[in-house]
Amino acid sequence: MRLVKNIKQYFGEIFHAIRSLITGMKVTGYYFFHPKEIVTQQYPENRETLKMFDRFRGEVILIHDENNLHRCTGCSACEIACPNGTIEIINKKDVDPETGKSTKAIDKFVYHLSMCTFCNLCIIACPTDAIKMAQTFEHAVFDRSKLTKVLNNPGSKLMPGIRE
Amino acid sequence: MTLLNFSIYDFSALINSIDAWLVETFSPTLGHLIGLVLVGTCFLIFTALLGLSLVYIERKICAFFQQRLGPMRVGFWGTAQTVADIIKLLFKESLITKKSDKFLFNLAAFVIMMAPFIVLSAIPFAKGLQALDLNIGLFFIISVSSIGVTGILLAGWSSNNKYSLIGAMRSGAQIVSYELSVAISLMTIVILTGSLQLSEIIASQSDGWWIFKGNIPAIIAFGVYIIASTAETNRGPFDMAEAESEITAGFHTEYSGIKFAFFFLAEYVNFFIISAVGATVFFGGWMPLHIGDATFFNSAMDVIPPIVWFFGKIAVIMFFIMWFKWTFPRLRIDQLLTLEWKYLLPISIINLLLMSIVALKGWHF
Repeated sequence: MRLVKNIKQYFGEIFHAIRSLITGMKVTGYYFFHPKEIVTQQYPENRETLKMFDRFRGEVILIHDENNLHRCTGCSACEIACPNGTIEIINKKDVDPETGKSTKAIDKFVYHLSMCTFCNLCIIACPTDAIKMAQTFEHAVFDRSKLTKVLNNPGSKLMPGIRE
Repeated sequence: MTLLNFSIYDFSALINSIDAWLVETFSPTLGHLIGLVLVGTCFLIFTALLGLSLVYIERKICAFFQQRLGPMRVGFWGTAQTVADIIKLLFKESLITKKSDKFLFNLAAFVIMMAPFIVLSAIPFAKGLQALDLNIGLFFIISVSSIGVTGILLAGWSSNNKYSLIGAMRSGAQIVSYELSVAISLMTIVILTGSLQLSEIIASQSDGWWIFKGNIPAIIAFGVYIIASTAETNRGPFDMAEAESEITAGFHTEYSGIKFAFFFLAEYVNFFIISAVGATVFFGGWMPLHIGDATFFNSAMDVIPPIVWFFGKIAVIMFFIMWFKWTFPRLRIDQLLTLEWKYLLPISIINLLLMSIVALKGWHF
């Protein structure tokens, strides 16, 4: 009886092995005969149509709306959160046109792309969702100083109602 | 000068006329000698082209299996990629490690090329297109193709590198083991043909290929052959000898430049040879698909030139072996030997017995 059992097991193993190998070959065979499944993107050729994924972190940008208004209050939470000292917030005194009181506003939102590790901590730290990660990735430049960017547009202002 | 009676269906007239012209023009000895050199040159060019095209084809096929595109930049769809690679390899420095056995180290690259070259001479490419039609052709191929392992062992030993030596030893164990199954599965068909001469093996398949005529044992034999021969050429999933993740590149770790290319080329020529032998023994070599006495069908199939049949069959077998390589995970060395000694060898021996019974009883077609 044991011999019969052993023989059964022996051939069972063979057939199981063949079946599992065929399963694997089916998968790769499907890929082979379906070129649509190819995931490779030919980068410089598809530059026009290439759209990066939303989750891709290219660089930090300060969101401006069509009226050149941003949401940054200059609280420096991002600067503190940044592990590399990538962000520097330079504030200035501004006068509120309605109440006449002097308020804090950003003068320069300096961003050193060369030091950024794209860890996303600044975006998480921002209490007013003023900054976000953009999906651009062609950052190569010939001069290192070009990697230091001022993110706020010239003449941009804080969106009213953010500070409250 | 009767070079003009050329036919794509039968090369013997062409070959004979070239031979006669050589003997006529020069002395018989010199004529034959020139003939030999010519044949050798043909094989050299053939292997070079084979290596070039096979590397490209394999890279493309493997890319498609893995949802990639493969080489795309050099030439149209990357067709000139291997040419660029060869140029790169030619310009690279041929390094020799300081403490290696320099004579054997250099010799190994040639020994490893020798075996496939000798075997190529016995392969019938088309009707009348065969350098050597030995009466023990199949035996010759099986025995000579195992010279290749000497090259691997030499390379591994002379490199004076532990990885190389381990790779060479693995390869030795592997080839010695799998040789048995390859030989026995080929013998299974030889029982039916009654001859080891390759031209006769092909002639015996003029009314149908052995894989169809030989009943179930022929199919089992082909299965065993394709597994064992894949292992014999050190291809994946049996590439223990050059397992990149464990022993860097195995026996050719220390080789660079054109000598490395030799190892690469030898691997592809061996790959071609096992496909060619498989095609010859199981699928009738250059013999078109014939079904018994169906004259109309047979003559329709005869329209396709034998050389196309031969390379078509080889291409199909190669495609399957590449499919194996790019699908299956690599075996461990103990699993590799278990597969051979506990499964393939007993199966092929019993299959040989089964085939003898089939042949005796006349159950084959």
